[in-house]
Amino acid sequence: MAVLYWTLSALCSHWRRHPVQFFSLLTGLWLATSLWTGVQALNSQARDSYARASQLIAGDAHSRIGARSGGRFSQQVFVDLRLAGWPVSPLLQGSLRLRGQAEQRLQVLGIEPLTLPRGTRLAGQALADLDLVAFLDQPGRTWIAADTLKALDLAEGEQPLTVGGQALPPLYLHPQLAPGVLLVDIGVAQRLLDAPLQLSGLLLSRDFAAGMPRLPSALDGQLRISRAGDEADLARLTESFHLNLTALGLLAFVVGLFIVNAAIGLALEQRRPLLRTLRACGVSARCLLAALALELCGLALLGGVLGVISGYGLASLLLPDVAASLRGLYGAEVAGQLNLSPQWWLSGLAISLLGALLAGAGSLLRAAHLPLLALAQPEAWHQAQALWLRRQAWLAGALLVLALLALVFGASLAMGFVLLACLLLAAALLLPVCVSGLLAWWLPYCRAPLAQWFVADSRQQLPRLALALMALLLALAANIGVGSMTEGFRQTFIGWLDQRLAAELYLRPESPQQGRAIEAWLAERAEVSALLPSWRVELPVQGWPVELTGILDHPTYRQHWPLLEAAPGAWERLAGGAGLMLSEQLARRLQLGLGEELSLVTPQGDWRLTVVAIYADYGNPKGHLLVNAAALQRYWPGLRPGSYSLRLPPAAVPALKQALQARFALDERKLVDQSELKAWSGRVFDRTFVATSALNSLTLGVAGVALFISLLTLSQSRLGQLAPLWALGVGRRQLVLLSLGQTLLLALITLLLAIPLGLLLAWCLVAVINVQAFGWRLPLHVFPWQLLQSAALALLATLLAAAWPLWTLYRVSPAELLRTFANEN
Amino acid sequence: MKTNPLRLFALLLMAGLGACDAQPPSPQGFAGLGSRSAEFASVTRDRSFSFPLDHGAHPDYRIEWWYLTANLEDQQGRSWGVQWTLFRNALRPAADQPGWNNPNLWMGHAAITGPYGHRHAETFARGGIGQAGVSPMPFKAWIDDWHLSGQLPGQANLTELQVSASGSGFRYRLQLSSDKPLVLQGDKGFSQKSGQGQASYYYSQPFLQAQGTLELDGNSYVVKGQAWLDREWSSQPLAADQQGWDWFSLHLSSGEKLMLFQLRHADGRHYRAGTWISATGDSEVLSEQDMRIRPLQLSRVAGRKLPTRWALSIPSKQLELTVEALQEQAWMPTRFPYWEGPIRFRGSHQGLGYLEMTGY
Repeated sequence: MAVLYWTLSALCSHWRRHPVQFFSLLTGLWLATSLWTGVQALNSQARDSYARASQLIAGDAHSRIGARSGGRFSQQVFVDLRLAGWPVSPLLQGSLRLRGQAEQRLQVLGIEPLTLPRGTRLAGQALADLDLVAFLDQPGRTWIAADTLKALDLAEGEQPLTVGGQALPPLYLHPQLAPGVLLVDIGVAQRLLDAPLQLSGLLLSRDFAAGMPRLPSALDGQLRISRAGDEADLARLTESFHLNLTALGLLAFVVGLFIVNAAIGLALEQRRPLLRTLRACGVSARCLLAALALELCGLALLGGVLGVISGYGLASLLLPDVAASLRGLYGAEVAGQLNLSPQWWLSGLAISLLGALLAGAGSLLRAAHLPLLALAQPEAWHQAQALWLRRQAWLAGALLVLALLALVFGASLAMGFVLLACLLLAAALLLPVCVSGLLAWWLPYCRAPLAQWFVADSRQQLPRLALALMALLLALAANIGVGSMTEGFRQTFIGWLDQRLAAELYLRPESPQQGRAIEAWLAERAEVSALLPSWRVELPVQGWPVELTGILDHPTYRQHWPLLEAAPGAWERLAGGAGLMLSEQLARRLQLGLGEELSLVTPQGDWRLTVVAIYADYGNPKGHLLVNAAALQRYWPGLRPGSYSLRLPPAAVPALKQALQARFALDERKLVDQSELKAWSGRVFDRTFVATSALNSLTLGVAGVALFISLLTLSQSRLGQLAPLWALGVGRRQLVLLSLGQTLLLALITLLLAIPLGLLLAWCLVAVINVQAFGWRLPLHVFPWQLLQSAALALLATLLAAAWPLWTLYRVSPAELLRTFANEN
Repeated sequence: MKTNPLRLFALLLMAGLGACDAQPPSPQGFAGLGSRSAEFASVTRDRSFSFPLDHGAHPDYRIEWWYLTANLEDQQGRSWGVQWTLFRNALRPAADQPGWNNPNLWMGHAAITGPYGHRHAETFARGGIGQAGVSPMPFKAWIDDWHLSGQLPGQANLTELQVSASGSGFRYRLQLSSDKPLVLQGDKGFSQKSGQGQASYYYSQPFLQAQGTLELDGNSYVVKGQAWLDREWSSQPLAADQQGWDWFSLHLSSGEKLMLFQLRHADGRHYRAGTWISATGDSEVLSEQDMRIRPLQLSRVAGRKLPTRWALSIPSKQLELTVEALQEQAWMPTRFPYWEGPIRFRGSHQGLGYLEMTGY
């Protein structure tokens, strides 16, 4: 034990003498752990929120009864079913805003606790533990999660008013409630949502639903039973979003490990004499190895703790954007307050430990095989370099084949990521091969001795810098790839939005009665050139949630509804009633092409339709179908329009909007003009990618650090190579410039290789990953300006990384240069 | 006198309060019902009943129930028991107006006890929406698809009724008829529940003849027998230290009916009362001094010990009975559990009846 202690302290003395190295190593571990755990924190926070949302009413894995049209239905349906012996429990869902907090939309869930199926858990709490009296009696209670309460800046017991002036029952904290949800009694919900005698769903116990009951025929046309698990839940819809985040986090982690690897390698290199001495003093190889491993673990834990803490910080910084993206994209509420389990902290430390061991394994192995009495010679650069390169090339080739297989045969998001991973790794492995090849090709063209030395020495530096250059390559390629994808998506999305949002004003009535009144009122208005109602039905198609929209035949659609693919006479066939248009993502999911048939289950029996066109529907996690309104009403008789698009001269919009608001008391969610809608969509889009681009830039930063450490490593051992040049009369300033030139040369080659790799990555993202994750394929755009920016950023990172080592070189005293000759023996 | 339902219903509702004011249920009569009920109408002597209107709900009062038990026999001569109960509990005194803020909560219990054991079902409803309620003319008490109703437009004496209910694996439907008038319990319908003045309004139709079918696990049984309907409402019927109660309804083979109850006080001085009903429907109040009620044998039921054999005696009527549960395990594992099941008795008289025991 004493031996181990002294060995360890001897080893650690190295770090005291080389603090920069120590901090580099720590930085690597810290950055890797921090980025990874930060992403994990975001993901787990979001998943926790989904779980809370899905467990709002849980326990018996209920089936639900809902209106076929997706809207609300009469409360009498509930009573009639109860009187017919159906053990149903009513639900009313909706959203509201509080007075003075108009930007925050809250979900209201109204329940009827007495009829909830036995064994139901409300937000994780058994019904038996519920304070029914307080909940049901006046003034009742509003259950709210702590994070929501905090976000609203309200206190328990308060009774805030809705924008409509209705007072909520006193707020009451409930820890496991989903964020953004207000849980109230059904009667209160009807009052708050201004939906008297209306319900949005009925819960059915699993036991009862297991008997496959059939709804009474009078209700069958209006309602449908969805079995538990029928509906695509948030976790499923958002899966791809989180997978993307995870992939970015993993990339950052790997880049961080490059740093660790470089730093550990350097430390081992410098401590070779020490190790040899220790061995010669009688320290066993096993003991030495144990001491090295212990040292590594200690460092990993330290870096891990730092990393986890800053990962937490990073996650809390990014959380608002991630939450906003999830809300905008999927309507998913994610708590804005980070709340992480001990598991998360522990797994953060574990991943840091694992990463450090992985990165240090090579060095440890080399230390284990250290020949006892061999001379402490610096690593021979040239030794087996050719072999090393050849091995890398083979491995890269194998990975490329794998990538190709994944591209050709892979049909899932996971395979898409396999493709990406193989591609990136192969590129990284090929980098030294390419650089070496390029330099070897260039060498014969160099005449001047200094130039020859410049190229040959650059080539010699390659193995030691390779890892850092790989990190730079990966980070830069990711930067270019993700940047092109985001920017391309943005342009496509905005262009599509401009075209699609053709109507000047969009209106959603509160009720069908109001809809009729508005129709009549608008018919009188001369400025309205067209009133285009749309009928909407929500239904599952092959298990996927789909919105079916019925529209009139109007030139607005023909001109402004962009189609990706269309059969001849598509709009005429749609108007004829037998045609169907569907969104790109739904077409992919259902594997439908033009001319194929889709059968919809309707209250009036099956409805067979032919696909006549496919359109883009970016950002919609659900499927979308477009049919003719008259045909839709044949299958859903009595359905009323759910929304209206109004065409009118833009100048007349504000006045009409004001008049509508005044006449029908429509709030800003129900009445939106085109410019607002566009601005809102743009905002959602931008926030969606804030987290992505932040992570991306951080990764590039990490790569810069990796390069810095590697250059530092090199500079330590390069005096031996530079001293002869100095002795031959090359000044120190010139030496520094030459070294800078070498670093820049290597970085520039990496950069040149990173650009095509980045574009390839962008192609993979838009043509493979996006298709698998979201169902839409985007055109690939190349943005030269963005490429230049990325390249400049990378060069800047390189310069910064090279600055310190070069500065030390510049400051090196002639005596030290001379000493390198004295040391030669 | 079924005070139990009220207590159990109230306890169920108060259960959630347990976390905040974790009082043991006993000192406050289980559910804090000893506490203020001043806002509700109070029960007083000399109320004049008006039928059929009084068969309907009395929202001025906190609690109320419609309670039917039947002792039946199938064609093989085997004994069955059936229970149908509808409870009303008002959260606060308020008008019985439509809408979710109607203060009434409704609870239904149904059970079948027979040679194959005991089955039960339980259901709940809010007032004001039509899922449960009671209308006096024509009489109809319902919750979900359970009914206790009469076809005749106005029945002062509840002489023609039908009752139905179902639960997991069982279902029953019975026709009930009687040729005798209602019986007002206690002092002309004023039924005292303690020495401190707690009381309820209480009347019964104990002379119902029943016939119909029971379904159990897919098998059908044609049955007939006798049934007993209780109506009771109150606002504060229990004394603070009353822990539970034992209630008997007996159909004597000689045609008389007997109702007895004891409310068990913590100090062992139980409050007892009863009614002797002649075969023609004349009633006679029985007080504490008139009767002896003594448990004879305890059985282990649902993890607790309950008396399933009793000795009852009323010296003035030369009545000496040994009462025995038909099915010891007639346990109602509802949200607040109790024991309710058919009984058989021997001794000076013979017959069948129902026993209810709570607070064990």
